[in-house]
Amino acid sequence: MNNPASVPLVSTVPVAPTQQASRKVEILKEFGTAVAAANSSPAAAATAPAPAAKSPSRRTEILKDYSARLLPPLITVALLVGLWQFVCSQPGATLPPPSKVIGDTATLITEPFFDNGGNDVGMAWQLLASLKRVLYGYSIAVVVGISFGVLVGQFAIAMRGLDPVFQVLRTVPPLAWLPIALAGFRDGHPSAIFVIFITSVWPIIINTSIGIRNIPNDYRNVARVLRLNGLEYFWRIMMPAAAPYIFSGLRIGVGLSWLAIVAAEMLIGGVGIGFFIWDAWNSSRISDIVLALIYVGIVGFILDRLVSWAGRWVARGSSVN
Amino acid sequence: MSNAFLELSLVSMEFKARQGVFQALSGVNLVVNKGEFVSLIGHSGCGKSTILNIIAGLYRCTSGGVLLEGREVNQPGPDRAVVFQNHSLLPWLTAYENVELAVKRTSQGKRNKTQIRDWVMHNLALVQMEHALNKRPDELSGGMKQRVGIARALAMEPKVLLMDEPFGALDALTRARLQDELMRIVATTGSTVVMVTHDVDEAVLLADRVVMMTNGPAATIGEILDIKLPRPRERLALASNPVYLAARKAVLEFLYQKQLKAA
Repeated sequence: MNNPASVPLVSTVPVAPTQQASRKVEILKEFGTAVAAANSSPAAAATAPAPAAKSPSRRTEILKDYSARLLPPLITVALLVGLWQFVCSQPGATLPPPSKVIGDTATLITEPFFDNGGNDVGMAWQLLASLKRVLYGYSIAVVVGISFGVLVGQFAIAMRGLDPVFQVLRTVPPLAWLPIALAGFRDGHPSAIFVIFITSVWPIIINTSIGIRNIPNDYRNVARVLRLNGLEYFWRIMMPAAAPYIFSGLRIGVGLSWLAIVAAEMLIGGVGIGFFIWDAWNSSRISDIVLALIYVGIVGFILDRLVSWAGRWVARGSSVN
Repeated sequence: MSNAFLELSLVSMEFKARQGVFQALSGVNLVVNKGEFVSLIGHSGCGKSTILNIIAGLYRCTSGGVLLEGREVNQPGPDRAVVFQNHSLLPWLTAYENVELAVKRTSQGKRNKTQIRDWVMHNLALVQMEHALNKRPDELSGGMKQRVGIARALAMEPKVLLMDEPFGALDALTRARLQDELMRIVATTGSTVVMVTHDVDEAVLLADRVVMMTNGPAATIGEILDIKLPRPRERLALASNPVYLAARKAVLEFLYQKQLKAA
């Protein structure tokens, strides 16, 4: 490995006088361009016009960029599917290989919107039913979570009072709340929504309170010099400064919501992807389970991305990213 | 009743530390006249930023008081606008919106929408930042951010402009450029300025009076030096000016001979 200190800055090979002169000119030219480059202000550099048409070299650059990002995961997935096919095609395999899964679930994949009444509906309807419950539960969690987070973050006494309660309650697993919810609501649907709420509210509260407590003193001082009143301080300084933390909490929360609903639906039944999985298990339709799991994973990923993009859009320009 | 513009009277400041009480300042008396530029200089830890924060109202002094135009001030307010060392621009707002926030807060009942816009643009133009009005702070260099910070402070039309080592975080070339711009701006606006700095050249170049502080704890004002140099001040011409050199020497003597800080 090259030790920078040992590499000479200037060539120590003796050169003839005429060569020395031309070498001097070269060095001065390089220095000149380096100084010129350093002198141009950021504003000038930013307003330099982008090339109008994409030259062939630019197109290959974009192509290279995409292939660098897409090829590794595609190849990995292909390898894993190949391995799965191999392992599950052996005699005595308990789970179906990909070829069998696709064969068995062909109608489910090609007709996501069929409706034969009751619980016999297409995959899209199952997923949408679950997402609807997530939407209700998660929205309540967002409102309650951010409110309590601000309360606990801003007022030390609220922190002292509520934090021990939060720390104990948040360790209760989501499904453990289901019996209590059923006893209280006496109906599967509000119970499911309650389970989603109680699962996803904790990261929202905790991350919001951390965000509120971590507002830099400088911003508080700016607000004091400008004499912003409480409401102005809340909307113009507190919320934007805490936004990155809040969205971290929201992102964790949405992931947990999706986990909770799939599990809860297995127990309460009705239309929903969780119930679909449990029903498929009871009817030994393993291929259907595999397909459902893939769909669940993809939808969970999309939910996470949506919240992440929303967070990045809201916190654009903020120093904490 | 004193008719000084800004007066600090027997200001002392104590902080509660773990080992007891830390006496930061003791009996600081200072008078600043309207339109004057005062530099506060001293070794680090001598309480110069504390004095500035007390004038700004961000700290409350434990005894003594600050009078602005004969009235006591102990709350922060836009009449004593502050330029912080780390610009403190709100990162989710553009340069224009940062200054606009200050203008809106101080223009209630005074300016309508068009006048607000004009005043924001006027202040951005004063610091030569109109070209970057839609840029966010993370797209600006350190010097640019500090200039927007100065524009925001000026836009509040403060009675006193308080600057806490505003150029401390910048490189020497940008610092020199901003010092020249500050002199030009202050000449245009006629603002009263109190500036904390640790740079002797900056203190002597910019100020009408240099206030030199003793070392902490229980720091107080050691000496005050009048800088009798005419304005506008040319940096290069002053380099060989005997009045400038004598003033510089006096400040250095105070700091490095009379107030030798233990290493």
